[in-house]
Amino acid sequence: MRKTYGSTVAVDEVSFDVNDGEIFGLIGPNGAGKTTTMECIEGLRTPDRGAISVLGLNPFRDVYQLQNRIGVQLQQAQLQKRIKVWEAMDLWASLYGKKATDGERLLEQLGLADKRNAWFMTLSGGQKQRLFIALALINDPEVVFLDELTTGLDPQSRRAIWDLVRGIRERGKTVFLTTHLMEEAERLCDRVAVIEHGRIIAIDSPQNLINQHCPDRSVVLATDDPQGAERFRAIPQVEAVTVSGSELTIRGRGDDLVTEVIHCLSENRIRVTSFRTILPNLEDVFLKLTGHSIRD
Amino acid sequence: MLRGLWKLTWIELKIFLREPLGAIGTIVIPVLVFVLVGRAVGPKLPSASATANSFIGVGLPVLASILIAISAVLSLVTIISIYREGGILKRLRATPLRPQTILTAHVIVKLGLTAATLILMVLAGKRYYPVGIHPPLVGFTIALLISTCSILSIGFLIASIVPTARFAQPIGAIIMYPMIAVSGLFAPIALLPPVLHALALAVPLTYAVSLLTGIWRGDAWSAHLGDVAALAFVFLVCTALSAKVFRWE
Repeated sequence: MRKTYGSTVAVDEVSFDVNDGEIFGLIGPNGAGKTTTMECIEGLRTPDRGAISVLGLNPFRDVYQLQNRIGVQLQQAQLQKRIKVWEAMDLWASLYGKKATDGERLLEQLGLADKRNAWFMTLSGGQKQRLFIALALINDPEVVFLDELTTGLDPQSRRAIWDLVRGIRERGKTVFLTTHLMEEAERLCDRVAVIEHGRIIAIDSPQNLINQHCPDRSVVLATDDPQGAERFRAIPQVEAVTVSGSELTIRGRGDDLVTEVIHCLSENRIRVTSFRTILPNLEDVFLKLTGHSIRD
Repeated sequence: MLRGLWKLTWIELKIFLREPLGAIGTIVIPVLVFVLVGRAVGPKLPSASATANSFIGVGLPVLASILIAISAVLSLVTIISIYREGGILKRLRATPLRPQTILTAHVIVKLGLTAATLILMVLAGKRYYPVGIHPPLVGFTIALLISTCSILSIGFLIASIVPTARFAQPIGAIIMYPMIAVSGLFAPIALLPPVLHALALAVPLTYAVSLLTGIWRGDAWSAHLGDVAALAFVFLVCTALSAKVFRWE
């Protein structure tokens, strides 16, 4: 699909498939086209060109039929300030008829049971986000769309919500999410698509992307052994050893690097006072693919 | 098609009444002002001049009705803008709720509140204003409903075009209130200077005033088919235009 706003190309020839039962993440910096892509799939926007099929439905033509079968959490959405939590659940449940699940139980599961009489405006950021997740799940949807669902939350709420999302997958649902948090994508997603300037530049599981684009690993250790650097250079997987005072950075490739370094330490009885590994993550993949950090 | 309409209407009504000035601003204050003015002016009425009587007897109820309708419309414009700015409209749209259901719920709430205010005013008015006025209340209610729908459609058009909630209320007020001046309530249209006369004929409120005044006086509906047609025309044009330009976010 392709989508432009005036002369700005928001999404340029984006194409991908999401498998049944997986957590699929669309990752990229703000303004990359994530939300536009997602909202076209949800039927909230019409792409200029292209074809989208969700559960066999055309999101533009069959939008009401589609809304019945999906659950949506929008970025930066609000509800009426003075709507009560239970009223929102009740209204949403009434829209889906018999299909609606037990709202009270959902609130319980999401830790909102004691907030059921609270006005929306009095909820904390994390509580609002959990309510939106509850509303997205009330029709027992086959596909759940989550747009930047942990943005602005503290680390603790974030982790709690990650557990919830994994729970959705465990119930056999498909989850489509967007995030600009690489840690979130890495911990949550079965597969990710990296999007930048409205184009998808890579698509695979986080681990495959890392192995493919950033095979480098490093071990950083501190030792007084004068022969240390030399011994490490002898390891086949090692590409470079840099010395800075007593600290050595051993850079190499492959999963065996760390094992080989430890092996070398014990074989040569090298005494170390500190030891840590630097493993590449999606953040590094993004940097490698785009030439800049995701936060720039 | 209207699944969720009654639930949404009921919730929107409750939410409105929870606003700090919701019920007080729309219902209590207008009725209170009406009663207080009635107390002060009412006893002196029999001795007042014939013109004053005609204004109190016909002009005042029509003016009051129109002011209430306009304030309901302005409040609707503001709510729509706030809902749009806060992403509430968008959130509601990402459900099986139809757009027209969301908007209809708000219109029903506003019409209901307008009706409640007017009923209270009529009850209060019976006490303080000269007896002997027996307007056809059912006919007047229908006339007011037609007028309000027409004014509401103008409100929707404003809500569709005005970009932010901050400007919605003032822009609505700037468009709505001056219409009253040339609507024929204060001076007969025929006596206005040519420019204002032309303006008056272009202003939808003129037809609302003509219809309301006439029905209040006891005219037959057949005498006001032109007014009804004009109001219906405004309603259709504004609704069609809003449907084209309305933005959900």
